[in-house]
Amino acid sequence: MQLDDLYRQVIMDHYQHPRNQGQLADDAIAVDLRNPSCGDEIRLQMLVEDGVVKDVRFRGSGCSISMASASMMTDAIKGKTISEALHLAQTFSGMMKGEPADLDELGELESLQGVSKFPARIKCATLAWQALERAAEASGADGEVK
Amino acid sequence: MNPLAIRDDFPIFQEKINGHPLVYLDNAATSQKPRQVLDVLRKYYESENSNVHRGVHTLGTRATEAYEGAREKVARFINAPSPYQVVFTRGTTESINMVAHGYARAHLQPGDEIVLPPSEHHSNLIPWQQAARATGATLRYLPLQEDGSIRLDDVEAAVTDRTKVVAIAHVSNVLGTVNPVREMAAIAHRHGAVIVVDGAQSVPHMPTDVQDLDCDFLAFSGHKMLGPTGIGVLYGKPSLLAEMEPTYFGGEMIDIVELHESTWKEAPWKFEGGTPIIAGAIGLGAAIEYLSNIGMEEIAKHDAHLADLTVQRLAEIEGVTVYGPGPGKPRAGLVTFNLDGVHPHDVATVLDAAGVAVRAGHHCAQPLMRILNVGATARASFYLYNTEDDVDAFVAALKQAKEFFGHAIG
Repeated sequence: MQLDDLYRQVIMDHYQHPRNQGQLADDAIAVDLRNPSCGDEIRLQMLVEDGVVKDVRFRGSGCSISMASASMMTDAIKGKTISEALHLAQTFSGMMKGEPADLDELGELESLQGVSKFPARIKCATLAWQALERAAEASGADGEVK
Repeated sequence: MNPLAIRDDFPIFQEKINGHPLVYLDNAATSQKPRQVLDVLRKYYESENSNVHRGVHTLGTRATEAYEGAREKVARFINAPSPYQVVFTRGTTESINMVAHGYARAHLQPGDEIVLPPSEHHSNLIPWQQAARATGATLRYLPLQEDGSIRLDDVEAAVTDRTKVVAIAHVSNVLGTVNPVREMAAIAHRHGAVIVVDGAQSVPHMPTDVQDLDCDFLAFSGHKMLGPTGIGVLYGKPSLLAEMEPTYFGGEMIDIVELHESTWKEAPWKFEGGTPIIAGAIGLGAAIEYLSNIGMEEIAKHDAHLADLTVQRLAEIEGVTVYGPGPGKPRAGLVTFNLDGVHPHDVATVLDAAGVAVRAGHHCAQPLMRILNVGATARASFYLYNTEDDVDAFVAALKQAKEFFGHAIG
C-alpha cells in the first residue's frame, strides 16, 4: 500500500486551500449531510438559474479526503448544467467503484482515483457528491443525465 | 504474564498487514481470538452440535451440558451468586436494551429520572432516551470533570428519590476513566434506584465482582474478551430478573402455552427465546477459562502499564492531544488522542500502512465528542497480547503520520 497513491499532492493542496468554501445567501439551495459512522459533515449551498449551477459553496469538517473531494467537486460543477453535474457525479461514483474512468471529464478529480483502493475511505470521498445529488434534486431542474 | 508467549496462541498474528507485522491496538472495539477458543468452537460443531434443552438424545445432552456449563463459568468469572443470574444475549447493546425495555419501562412514570453521564457509549444512552420518551421520565446528566471523571458529590446531588435508574459504564470507552461504580451503587440504592452497569470495557480487562460492586444489572460482550461475536451477557439480581419481562417471545422460553395466553419459564431461560447462541456461549466459556488462567489482575496491570507508557510517549510529540486522565492518573488500557491539523481518519490510514490498527471516529459517543469539542478522535487500546514493542511501533508510525502530513500540507 502506497500512501502517496492516496494522498496525492493535488488532494493535499485542496485540503489545505479549499476552493469555494463559505456560504451563499439564504435563498440558495442548502443541503446538510453527515457521515454518521465517522462524524464528517458538510453543508453544501448551490445557486441554480435556468438549470445551470451559477454558484456553489461548502462548509464542513472532515478528513483530507472528504474536504478535498468537496473542494474539487464544487470547482468542477460551477457553470455546468444540473444534468452535466449529475453525469460527472456518476462518473466519479464509477471511479470509486474501480470502473474505468473518463479522465477528460474528471480533470483533477482523477487525483482521487487512489481512494478506490482504500474501501474504508470511499465514503469520505463520496459525501460531497451525495450532497450534490440532493441539491440537484431540490433545484427542480431537469436532472436527466444525457 | 508473558505477552510474547500469549501471542503464539493467536493465529491472527501470523498475518502481515500491508507488509508489516500486525500491531493490533483496536481491542476496545473487539479482541482477537486464541486457538483455545477457536478449537472449542470447532469441537462443538464437530462432536456436540445439537439443540439444547429439548431432545432426549445424547448429542442434545452434550450440547446442553456445554451451554449450561458456560453459564456457570460466566457466573464464577463475575462472582455471581448463581448461574441463573446470567442471561446469554447477543452483546452489551442487547443486554442494556432488554433492561430498558423489560424492566425500566414498567417502573418509570412521568417525573421519574434516569441519571447518567453524557460520556456514555450510545448503547447505554439511547435505550434510556427511548425509555424516557415512552414513559415521560427525564434524563438527568451528571457533570464531567475536565479529565472526564465523575465526582461523587455530583452523584449525591443528582440522585434523588425521583431517580429510578442510574446508568453508568464501569470504564469509559473513550476516556479510559474508571468510574466509581461501587459508590454510585450505594447512592442509587439509598434512593431506591437500580444501577445498570455497562461492563463492555471493564469485564474483559479487570477483575469483576458483582457482589462487591453491588450492581443490579451488568452488561458485557463476549467478543471484546477473546470470545466469538454474537454472544454477550446480562447479569441481574434474582428479584429484578424475576420482575423483568422478556423482550422476545417464542420457543423455549415458555412454561405453559394456551391459545390466548402463556406463561414463562424462570430466569434466565425466559429471556432466551428461540434457539440460543449455543456455540457463542461455549466459546465465551473457553475465553473465560483462558483469561482466568492468566489472571485478571495481571491483565489489568499489563493493559494499564501499556496505556501509561503510551501517554508518556505521546507527551513527547508536539501537537498530540491526549484525552482523559493525565499522565500518572489512573486509566484503563486505552488512550484517545488527536494529532494537530491531521484528521483522525488520515492518522488511522497512515498507521494502517505501517500495520498499526487503531480506531478513528466518534467511538459511538457523539455527546462526549461535543463536550471534548472534537468531531472525531483516534484511539489506541491494549490487551494481554500487546507489548512495549507495539507501543514503539505505534509511536513511530504516528511520528511518520505527523511528518507525512506536515510535509504534504506544509
